[in-house]
Amino acid sequence: MRLDILLRISSKIFIPFIVIFAFYVQFHGDYGPGGGFQAGVIFTSAIILYTIIFGSTKALKDFPEWIFHLMIPLGVIIFAGTGFLSIINGFNFLDYDALAHYPKHGQHIGIISIEIGVFVTVIGSMVSIFYAFVNRGKK
Amino acid sequence: MIEHIAAIVVMLPIISSVFVMLIRNNSINWLISTTASLITSIASIMMYLQISKNGNISYAMGGWEPPVGIEYRIDEFNALFIILISIASFLILLYARHSLNSELKENKISTFYSMYLLCLGGLIGILSTGDAFNAFVFLEISSLATYILISMGSDRRALLSAYQYLIMGTIGATLYVIGVGLIFVLTGSLNLHDISIRIQELELYRPLYASLAFITVGIALKVALFPLHAWLPNAYAYAPSVGTAFLSSTATKVAIYLLIKYLFLVYGYDVVYSNKIFVFVIIGLSILAMFGASLIAIFQSNLKKLFAYSSVAQIGYITLGIGLANYNGLIGSTVHIINHSIIKAAIFLAIGCIVFKTKISDTHELTGLGKKMPVIAILLTISSLSLIGIPGTVGFISKWYLIIGALEQGWWLVVLSLAISSLLALIYVGRIIELMWFHQPEDALIVNSKSLPVEMLAITFILTLATVYFGIDTRLTAGLAEIAVQNVLLGGQ
Amino acid sequence: MSSFLSNFVSSYNYYIIIFLMISGLYIVVSRGNMVKKLVGLALFQTSVYILYISPGKILNGTAPILSDDFSLYSSPFPHVLILTAIVVGIATLALGLSLVIRINEEFGTIEEDKLFEDEI
Repeated sequence: MRLDILLRISSKIFIPFIVIFAFYVQFHGDYGPGGGFQAGVIFTSAIILYTIIFGSTKALKDFPEWIFHLMIPLGVIIFAGTGFLSIINGFNFLDYDALAHYPKHGQHIGIISIEIGVFVTVIGSMVSIFYAFVNRGKK
Repeated sequence: MIEHIAAIVVMLPIISSVFVMLIRNNSINWLISTTASLITSIASIMMYLQISKNGNISYAMGGWEPPVGIEYRIDEFNALFIILISIASFLILLYARHSLNSELKENKISTFYSMYLLCLGGLIGILSTGDAFNAFVFLEISSLATYILISMGSDRRALLSAYQYLIMGTIGATLYVIGVGLIFVLTGSLNLHDISIRIQELELYRPLYASLAFITVGIALKVALFPLHAWLPNAYAYAPSVGTAFLSSTATKVAIYLLIKYLFLVYGYDVVYSNKIFVFVIIGLSILAMFGASLIAIFQSNLKKLFAYSSVAQIGYITLGIGLANYNGLIGSTVHIINHSIIKAAIFLAIGCIVFKTKISDTHELTGLGKKMPVIAILLTISSLSLIGIPGTVGFISKWYLIIGALEQGWWLVVLSLAISSLLALIYVGRIIELMWFHQPEDALIVNSKSLPVEMLAITFILTLATVYFGIDTRLTAGLAEIAVQNVLLGGQ
Repeated sequence: MSSFLSNFVSSYNYYIIIFLMISGLYIVVSRGNMVKKLVGLALFQTSVYILYISPGKILNGTAPILSDDFSLYSSPFPHVLILTAIVVGIATLALGLSLVIRINEEFGTIEEDKLFEDEI
């Protein structure tokens, strides 16, 4: 009988809430406090908790490393793509007014897509850093 | 599209670096990065033409008008440097492919290109931005990329030098941020142009001088101004040859630009140069750099380290012009930034060719190289001679302006030390030339049979030719520097 | 004496910042262990965050979220800047630590004095 049953059960309960909280911070970030960076870090903490409780072998199988390596450039592309979309529409780089008919809607869409870019990159880089340190001792 | 050129020049290298990271094929990545830097070079030249026709560009990022938003402000001074940086990195990338293949592991080359482009984007960002904090962010982007470039060197000591640079560079950047924070508390603005106006109305001078001190020391760490140069020789010596050429011709130069910008365009001549201690310190350190670093270079046995110490000495010449702060002195500084970046790119690329063929790292191993590899030896000799400042090479032009500047100030000791330090350069360069040409090759000198790729030889040749050409025809270097100093630094007086 | 005291009390945040800054820098300079050096560096950087944030606080001002109930807000500007600076700090620290790991693998030690004497 393994002794860490309490830890495993409680983290199984906690992890979904951590993820939901991350998304709350993410999508609440355009009008309230929050945003992609904080949300990404909260999301990463869920994965770190998972790795600590269930071991790195299982975590690496469930969340393979290449996904996170891919997420780093993907987020930057989302961010910069939004910027270049503004240029194509004839506005300045990252001017969100360009993204919709009404400037206010444009601002809304712009900040959300930027925050998603930040969210993706932050998760990617934070988990990559964590995995890099976790995997080091094994070789 | 032309009105967005200021944003494109910065964003293009950064975006391409991301794509390079995504695609893990070395040849394709080489093609992407070379194309990206070529487009950046063309765009930067177009930007210069645009400015000379229509006046300065002020680009509001995200449509937020300055001073609230981040402003990209391009004038003749930084446009000149953007051209220099982007063309230098384009030429070095053209050269890079075979040299990297022989020096790095297969799976690291993509990362190298990616970091190279990220560093380029960061450096152009520092040059174009008109926002103090944005400059810090770009400074850190380029520095982080630089640390990785250095740590990739094949020698394991590359890791130590990258770590050493990381500590020093971060302290420098943090000191810079402290200075910016003090300015922000004093003036309530981060837009450099706005700060320069608000500083005129300040009555409290002590915090202002404190911020000046923090910013100067912080940037001086990045510039590698003597005695804050400890990271530079190791970093240059153990980085891959391509990385060394790139760093020596761009990274320190951009930091010097930032220093000049703060001294002349943010604080202004009156605030900075009314402080006699500042002038004394900067002139004193420059002269110390010219002598100290040259003396150390004479006793160096590692080839790349020798030229790295010579870089520290040459940076002394550039800061000397900043200390003189008159028309000719500033032209001397600006021209020497351009010239030194051409010279050092030529020298380190020639060394890259030698390393490609022989894997040597010490100066005494150069013995008799002139007989084994005559073409590269000739190119290295010519570019080293322009380091001394022989008439007819670029080194002469910048020293000429500096000497005139010092004579105008009536500082005879400075003129004398300029002349004597050139003699010191003659000693260490002469030693290399003597070893290469006036000795029989040792048996230990093994030249492998790999034929030198055409583009490596061609790029080294072009850069060496440039060191001679710009020593005779100075319209493109000194001419543009005169316009930049006249219109921007001295405000059109 | 009293003027010094009132000066101290009215700008105590700066004294705390200076203390943290100097201790961070001192750790960087005095320790030979590379990880400890990075800890000092992180402390040094963190003190700068406080340097930015503390002048942004306005007495009786609330968090800078638009609302009809409040009219006095703290300045949100330094927070935005420092968020960026924190990201930069994390990147630097992560890169520094991974360099230390690589150095430990290559050389078998992370004592700087020993390494720099032997190698460079």
